[in-house]
Amino acid sequence: MSRKSTRLDLRPTDGKVLDVNDLHVEFRTRDGVAKAINGVTFSLSHSETLAILGESGSGKSVTAQAIMGILDTPPAYVTGGQVNYCGTDLLKMEEKDMRRVRGDHIAMIFQDALSSLNPVFPVGWQIAEMFRVHRGMNRSDAQAEAVKLMERVRIPAAKERAGNYPHQFSGGMRQRIMIAMAIALNPRVLIADEPTTALDVTVQAQIMTLLKELQEESGMGLILITHDLGVVADVADDIAVMYCGRFVEHCDVHRLYANPAHPYTVGLIDSIPRLDQKGEQLYAIGGLPPSLTNLPTGCSFNPRCRFATDKCRTPGAPPLIEVEDGRFAACYHTEEVLNRERV
Amino acid sequence: MTDQLNTTARRTTGESEAIGGSGAEAGAATLASDLSGIDATVGGPVVGTRPRSLWTDAWHDLRRDPLFWISAVLIVVFIVMALFPGVFTGKDPRACDLAAARHLPSPVHWFGTDIQGCDVYARTIYGARSSILVGILATMGTAIIGSAFGLVAGFRGGWLDALLSRTGDIFYAIPLLLGGIIILYTFPNQVGTPYIVVVLKVVAALAILGWPSIARLMRSSVLQVMPNDYIQAAKALGARPGRIILSHVLPNAMAPVMVVSAINLGSYIAIEATLSYLGIGLQEPAISWGVSISDASGLGYVRSAPHMLLFPSLFLSLAVLAFIFLGEAAQNAFDPKRH
Repeated sequence: MSRKSTRLDLRPTDGKVLDVNDLHVEFRTRDGVAKAINGVTFSLSHSETLAILGESGSGKSVTAQAIMGILDTPPAYVTGGQVNYCGTDLLKMEEKDMRRVRGDHIAMIFQDALSSLNPVFPVGWQIAEMFRVHRGMNRSDAQAEAVKLMERVRIPAAKERAGNYPHQFSGGMRQRIMIAMAIALNPRVLIADEPTTALDVTVQAQIMTLLKELQEESGMGLILITHDLGVVADVADDIAVMYCGRFVEHCDVHRLYANPAHPYTVGLIDSIPRLDQKGEQLYAIGGLPPSLTNLPTGCSFNPRCRFATDKCRTPGAPPLIEVEDGRFAACYHTEEVLNRERV
Repeated sequence: MTDQLNTTARRTTGESEAIGGSGAEAGAATLASDLSGIDATVGGPVVGTRPRSLWTDAWHDLRRDPLFWISAVLIVVFIVMALFPGVFTGKDPRACDLAAARHLPSPVHWFGTDIQGCDVYARTIYGARSSILVGILATMGTAIIGSAFGLVAGFRGGWLDALLSRTGDIFYAIPLLLGGIIILYTFPNQVGTPYIVVVLKVVAALAILGWPSIARLMRSSVLQVMPNDYIQAAKALGARPGRIILSHVLPNAMAPVMVVSAINLGSYIAIEATLSYLGIGLQEPAISWGVSISDASGLGYVRSAPHMLLFPSLFLSLAVLAFIFLGEAAQNAFDPKRH
């Protein structure tokens, strides 16, 4: 019991809670090796919000699962890099210690909150389980804590609703319950994997506000994984744009939205419908993302890129370099992209 | 509110049936369940909503099922009979009077007497204990062994799954009755063997031969539960494998096993009777329906004293039917398409 109730003693050393360095993940499938993540590097500080943006299959969720150590092996293998949490490499950690990191230090919430909750137990019981298992609390104390948490995530009539089952809640309320479970043990990092994708727009905003408020209360670092540029604009500090398992651009929200430095980000932002341009055909990035088992030589984006030259097709992906102060892009033609003609 | 939604659901179902195609039907079923979901969340005040889990839902359905009530009443009667036979009869089933053998039913002997002059009614009542005991213990045995193996196989996968599944297949290939005969013939009872050992031998034979079907069912059920996000979420929040199995996998995977176990209970009672009839299950001095049927079916007795065969057979059939009915009712109640 004492083993469960003590928290693994890991403290941030230099303000950075999470430091991911050159992470590589591949899926060994029957159709060949799919390189899902090809050198992802980033760090997350106390109270910082990083949004990882990308389309389906770009490696956002795989990055999150690799950090949590919950990839299914086989078929997924981490083939390189480090995930340093408070100076300790999680990838080298033993599974029994890693289990104490999950939930306690780094927690995660998922896209579909209905299927993320166990249908056969009341939600209060499920939240309380976090305290019973990780903190060794008795049933009634844990239940009281669960109700407090439900109030913290702004669930009305929390005490009465703790006895309800997941299917008796609306989508937004379920996601709040999932968030309550994730923040139960005061983790330093919360990874939210598309937390609002299954919700309608007004509820999306409420959930985002809630996450922001909880972050202000506790100072946890937040990684928001999304494919929706609109969702993260208000809450994120930094945005990392992912394409084919690489960060292609990484900078603060304002500069990224104002003037992207990578052709892919340009395409993404241009394809947002705008109120001042009625009646025109909506822009779309031509072509399809390449198969991860057969990535194009050079820059993965070159077949779809209007700035591409022969240099982009030479072997080796363009490195993620600092193009302005605190702004990173992986493109040989950043200057050209930044100074492009605006539509 | 509820009525309105139900009507909508019904109408939609009707329409898609008119369009035809099982896809449309399935869609309508989903829609109907979606609507009932809305009903649960929107309808009525939020505060004080009665929590409804899979189990409370199933109970809600069961209460409306006449099949359930018939089987429940019969089962309760049989269980009381097994526990307290004295409630039903004051007669001693072992107090026999050879002078009064093979009497037809009369006010003194309601079901008549058998070849030893024992009261058939008393023997039938006392016989319930063995049959119910064998049925319940064998069901528990198969359910526990089968569930454990199925859980491990489904949860772990890989070589362990292959090993357990193939082991199960080997046992599955042996016909239950033939296997039972071989096992019980190999370990025969002596004259002084205690009653409980005799019963446990039959139970052990049934459990050894019966677990693979439960294991298969549990394994497939576990495989269905495993990809759910709540398993992944539990992992992401630091749950240990044991915790994941007990809190998340087992409660979501056990409904089919419970249904099949209830149905199996009936067939185990029937097989116990068959083995006893063949003289290798329960034996004298144990009293059981199988033993009584065996006694009654000796040469010529069926014609000269049919009551000896009729009453134990009737009770046996009723008990088997009751458990099968209960299983059917549970199956209907757990069927998500009915919610």
